[in-house]
Amino acid sequence: MSVLVDDDTRVVVQGITGGEGNFHAEQMIEYGTNVVAGAVPGKGGQEVHGVPVYDTVHEAVRREDADASVVFVPPAFAADALFEALDTSLDLVVAITEGIPTQDMAKVNRRLSETDTYLVGPNCPGVITPGEAKLGILPGNIFADGNVGLVSRSGTLTYQVVDNLTQRGIGQTTAIGIGGDPIIGTSFIDALELFEADEETEAVAMCGEIGGEDEEEAAEFIATEMDTPVAAFIAGRTAPPGKRMGHAGAIVSGSGTGTAESKIEALNNAGVPVGDTPEEVADHIEGFL
Amino acid sequence: MKLHEYQAKGVFAEAGIPTPDSRLATSVDEAVDAGTDMGYPVAVKAQVHVGGRGKAGGIEIASDEAELREAAERILGMDLKGYHVDRVLVESAVDFTDELYLGVTLDRGEGEPVVMVSSEGGVDIEEVAETNPEAIAREHVDPAFGLHSFQARKAVYEAGVPRDVSRAVSSVLETLYDLWEANDASETEINPLMVTDGGEVVAADAVMNVDDDALFRHPDLAEMEEESYTDELERKAGEYGFDYVRLSGNVGIIGNGAGLVMTTLDLVDYYGGEPANFLDIGGGAKAERVANALDMVFSDPNVDSVVFNIFGGITRGDEVAQGINDALSQFDEIPKPVVVRLAGTNAEEGMEILNTELVQVERTLEDAVQRAVQNAEEVGR
Repeated sequence: MSVLVDDDTRVVVQGITGGEGNFHAEQMIEYGTNVVAGAVPGKGGQEVHGVPVYDTVHEAVRREDADASVVFVPPAFAADALFEALDTSLDLVVAITEGIPTQDMAKVNRRLSETDTYLVGPNCPGVITPGEAKLGILPGNIFADGNVGLVSRSGTLTYQVVDNLTQRGIGQTTAIGIGGDPIIGTSFIDALELFEADEETEAVAMCGEIGGEDEEEAAEFIATEMDTPVAAFIAGRTAPPGKRMGHAGAIVSGSGTGTAESKIEALNNAGVPVGDTPEEVADHIEGFL
Repeated sequence: MKLHEYQAKGVFAEAGIPTPDSRLATSVDEAVDAGTDMGYPVAVKAQVHVGGRGKAGGIEIASDEAELREAAERILGMDLKGYHVDRVLVESAVDFTDELYLGVTLDRGEGEPVVMVSSEGGVDIEEVAETNPEAIAREHVDPAFGLHSFQARKAVYEAGVPRDVSRAVSSVLETLYDLWEANDASETEINPLMVTDGGEVVAADAVMNVDDDALFRHPDLAEMEEESYTDELERKAGEYGFDYVRLSGNVGIIGNGAGLVMTTLDLVDYYGGEPANFLDIGGGAKAERVANALDMVFSDPNVDSVVFNIFGGITRGDEVAQGINDALSQFDEIPKPVVVRLAGTNAEEGMEILNTELVQVERTLEDAVQRAVQNAEEVGR
């Protein structure tokens, strides 16, 4: 079992003719992902890695019955690509693009709230159900099929923790890189909710980092809504204060939250063990199984 | 990107927000000329990107030429929280009865813009937010519609702004929101907005920070970028386009992805070492970028040992390995021991390419960090 994606997921790649889109479409297909179309304005009629390209996402969905998209569109055009994807009522949109202006994402987020679509990202590595499908740039070879769910705000940290799990023979149901931007679609809570409802996910690893209050909110959700055990890692214990958080942003959040200490404390209070190293997270997960 | 006060004031004034008369000066004589032209009293304000300039001695009021000369002499050339002051703004001092705070930013938790108004302006607003949060009225904005006038009025009334200026303050708040939106700002802020005896409002300070990711559509703002680093390494990092923070330790850290680099810092600390820096080479780094990263870390005299932690996704291990080889082969002798840990995309290819006469290779993150900490101890001894 899995959440969000499996081998039935029919994927359209937005931006498939660009450098990254092209390279990673091929990687996704090699991994076994059911990539059914590409969508690039003005490039309709071409074929990339044996996949037909359409001018619009609407046409790709209509002709190929796609139900998910993965977006490799450059930042200046990414918000428009996301609006287009949301306009077609796909089940899942994964936005890999890094550097989308924040105010663009605020508008996308506003539109998203009116839909039933899951948006993962932006600025994220994507989603993978090992052995079935990957939507994004995650290196497929480090993952293994199994019964641990993983959700992370950081791409490379996702790989690190997965590696620690896989090395000791612990596979994953699905790994979701939700991205670390100020505005993202799927949150920790959304992902935890999916894992909690998934019968095969027996434990969840959660990777957070300093800034924002998402981990604190997730801790509250875990304490009140989850039976599935969760272990966590929080990056940034040694990060110097004041280097990352903006001035007015700190006013809104109030101070004292957003630090590694406050996140670790909130998680511990919710019964979630937090590893000092990624290896320790794997120890806790192993203990749950 | 941060605008200096004088730059932000220019943008605000053009949009119709009242600001005091002011002139930029780079020398004491220019400052004195400005004072003579505008009349006294004036405020002399350091133009550097630090908060709390007043408390740190970067702002002074001068009531005559002698005082102005003295203030300008002291402030020009001073080091303010690590920044060199090479310009001051000389500005007509405003007689005020009240000081207000107005701000617009993104509420990250809600994913929405928020406007904020307080009648307790002119002070450290972060402190107010902590000790007396009710003193700040907040109104969330639907980004699809922008700030409605009624919302601006509501915030202004809730903040207890003096009634005779409530209309003027609402108008400034609406303009401040429009500027936030039109310029892709991460924040626009006036602290304080002064209320004068005559019932007028004047922006005595101006803050505007712009989303770096949106600068491509604001070339006029991008041109205003002026960084005044006193740290040579941070200046270099800006040129190379790295996310870099210099720290006080001696273990140099290079990695890809903020989360993984932070984790590497945490582990250096965990294993008893002290990180010298945070350096994220970002996604998809090519060989030249890797070489630049090594150049940066070797340039830091505090660094006794270096650890490379790369987990390839979009970044490819063979590219990184080639970059490390290229950079290190230029030295007759490697200045500091370098430990490399490569995993993920094309890591195997990278391991084969890596010149192990130049670097030490470790398979796991934990081993790599421990080795680097140990190297630092040996070199530091």
